[in-house]
Amino acid sequence: METNQYLGIFIDESNENLQKVNDGLLDLEKDPTNMEHIEVIFRAAHTLKGMSATMGYEDLTTLTHQMEDVLDLVRNSELAVSAKLLDILLNAVEKLEEMVGDISAGGDGKSTIQPILNQLKAIDKSEEITNEMVTSNEDGINGELTLDSFEETVINQANSEGLHTYHLTIQLTDDCLLKAARVYMVFEILEKEGEVIKSVPSVETLESEEFDHQFDVVFVTSVEEKELNDKIMKVSEIKQVSIQPIKSLDNHEDTDNKEVNQTPSKQASMEVQNNSKSQRKQSANKTIRVNIDRLDALMNLFEELVIDRGRLEQIAFEMEHGDLTETVGRMSRISSDLQSIILTMRMVPIEQVFNRFPRMVRQLTRELNKDIQLDIEGAETELDRTVIDEIGDPLVHLIRNSLDHGIEMPEVREKNGKNRQGHVLLKAYHSGNHVYVEISDDGQGINREKVLNKALENQVVTPEQANQLSDRQIDELILASGFSTADEVSDLSGRGVGLDVVKNTIESLGGTIEITSEEGEGTTFTIQLPLTLSIISVMLSTIGSETYAVPLSTIIETAMIKQEEIVTIQGQQMMHFRESVIPLIFLREVLNVPDSNNASDKESVIIVRKGEQVAGLVVDSLIGQQEVVLKNLGNYLNSIFAISGATILGDGEVALIIDTHSLIK
Amino acid sequence: MSEVSKEIKVIVFRLQNEEYGVPIDYVGSIERMLEITRIPNTPKFIKGVINLRGIVTPVIDLRERFGMDASEYSSRSRMIIVQIDDKEVGMIVDEANDVVDLKEDAIETPPEVIGSVDTDYVRGVAKLDDRLLILLNLDRVLSNEEVNQLSAVEK
Repeated sequence: METNQYLGIFIDESNENLQKVNDGLLDLEKDPTNMEHIEVIFRAAHTLKGMSATMGYEDLTTLTHQMEDVLDLVRNSELAVSAKLLDILLNAVEKLEEMVGDISAGGDGKSTIQPILNQLKAIDKSEEITNEMVTSNEDGINGELTLDSFEETVINQANSEGLHTYHLTIQLTDDCLLKAARVYMVFEILEKEGEVIKSVPSVETLESEEFDHQFDVVFVTSVEEKELNDKIMKVSEIKQVSIQPIKSLDNHEDTDNKEVNQTPSKQASMEVQNNSKSQRKQSANKTIRVNIDRLDALMNLFEELVIDRGRLEQIAFEMEHGDLTETVGRMSRISSDLQSIILTMRMVPIEQVFNRFPRMVRQLTRELNKDIQLDIEGAETELDRTVIDEIGDPLVHLIRNSLDHGIEMPEVREKNGKNRQGHVLLKAYHSGNHVYVEISDDGQGINREKVLNKALENQVVTPEQANQLSDRQIDELILASGFSTADEVSDLSGRGVGLDVVKNTIESLGGTIEITSEEGEGTTFTIQLPLTLSIISVMLSTIGSETYAVPLSTIIETAMIKQEEIVTIQGQQMMHFRESVIPLIFLREVLNVPDSNNASDKESVIIVRKGEQVAGLVVDSLIGQQEVVLKNLGNYLNSIFAISGATILGDGEVALIIDTHSLIK
Repeated sequence: MSEVSKEIKVIVFRLQNEEYGVPIDYVGSIERMLEITRIPNTPKFIKGVINLRGIVTPVIDLRERFGMDASEYSSRSRMIIVQIDDKEVGMIVDEANDVVDLKEDAIETPPEVIGSVDTDYVRGVAKLDDRLLILLNLDRVLSNEEVNQLSAVEK
């Protein structure tokens, strides 16, 4: 079978489903009695199995099949959720991820699955039966259906009003082709006659045909059993309908029940309606999958358009033609709207990156023999895909760092009067034109004395400098190259590459990283990232005959100063700025610009900052502010000093973008 | 298959009085001189970047890359845009005027001294009637070791 064209979809969906299984397992660990998690995991694993079988990946199929068997035992409460079980299942997920990764890299997805398979089989055989897990919810309904308390209330309410509640099990014929269509027809009939309270699998799953040949529905209606049966059987390709009336549920939460029962019946039936409406609304909220390459192509085309827009604006300005100026103005506005739409299309929730951390933390805490809880906030925060792709590794580094160096051993924590369990909080949020990601731990904080000694030892700072450093500057030393303060070099974070790599990556993304630390209380790393990397606002300026762009995000303000306002301190030219003295950087010298001379007695200065440091960049003249498309210099020219990229101006000329971070030391 | 000698197409260009060739597979396009934006703090042979239909592309002066005397660009000067691995670079040459077919087995390993170019950059030489064609080893010519070394010093 020619399956190549489906390979992309297969890989995407497999990864999605694996993520579901992964999340589900971690949820299950926290809340082992919640059968909903098992349902989610089971369904995802089942889909995965089906897809791998279709695509002909045997090892994937075998492994997921075995997982499914084990999960089935858990689902039927024949097996208790234990740490050991979760370990094995998570290992299996890891193996599966590995195999899917292999497939996406062009491999055949084959792997040695025997050891993990044996582990799974061992569980399967032992079949530890624990009856504690059986929840009383299932009374009165056959096996698979579990109702939450709201649904139970609705059923009780309906029964007390003399309506019938049925549990329908509808089986399609084995050769049914358009399963989703049949499901739709059944639902249409049902909705004419009453309200669907619950369906297993969910409506969305049914509509995407992710089920075998049978589905279950809980249904409230005034129609009699027989009539209902006839109506449903009119739909073709239906093999069998079994209808079981549901009696009022003998609820163990009596108090809750009474309260709800007292509410007027109208409200309850309204709620039923609302419930089913929102369900339908959800399935109507349509999305399409678009290949990222196409979005990239769209973005590239738009970038070209932005360049031409700049050019048109310039021409219109020069020609001073009323209609032209107006049209160009309108076009600029439209293209700004277009720009924001395209940019949001490329936005993806940071969840994608965060998702892999719970498992990583779980595994690392075991290896380190620590007890650490990872909390995630703001996973829905959206960022441009280009940033998302790059931010993963730095975050892994920082989290490892927090786990390894930040959080103390449980015994130490106890001795210091802290909770045995350490906490690491991963938080993302928007603010202005930036996205912030914070990693904070409640560990031991940064030991400044130790950091300073280490810095001196590794000659990161000289003894003279060391005396003048503020606490904050000392904290930031851990981001300097060649630094690892862990007494024992573990294989986690003492791998030779320090946090300086993190800092470099983040700065290359146009972001900044800050540390705040309180000894004994914990450390917080705050990463500030731009929303997008492709279009930025810059201040254009000329030096000699060359044009340079300075990113607006780093600029505090611009100023004109007289020659005599420049003071020289220890050979360094400085200027006054807001009650302090800041160094001046003459770009014409740093960039060796030929024939740049400043005839006038004034200098144009762009005042920029990097963290808390401020400096003035001296240029010949300022042109103005403009939105430009950021382009890189290609792979041939990487790491050019003081230049972070280039952009194409309205007249087709290439202007270089100044990397202010590397200028301020 | 191996008995039939493979033919390759080669773009021929001139530097000073010598003729050089690069396989056509590596060549994206040949451009007239475009406006170049200088990049500060780079080796002298890196002339800067150009706007190649919306893509910022670095250009090098091949004469200077090989340590020949620099010369003014004329109306015959060309930029040969080559792609190798993930790098795209424009090479400024005195003239680009020909495409020839070369038999793979007509290419000989370079002698110790060949023209004015370091043999390191030469893949082989080919005789073409009475012309001598020097085939470049683009991998070496476009290695960015030297580029990075220099920018590392600047830092």
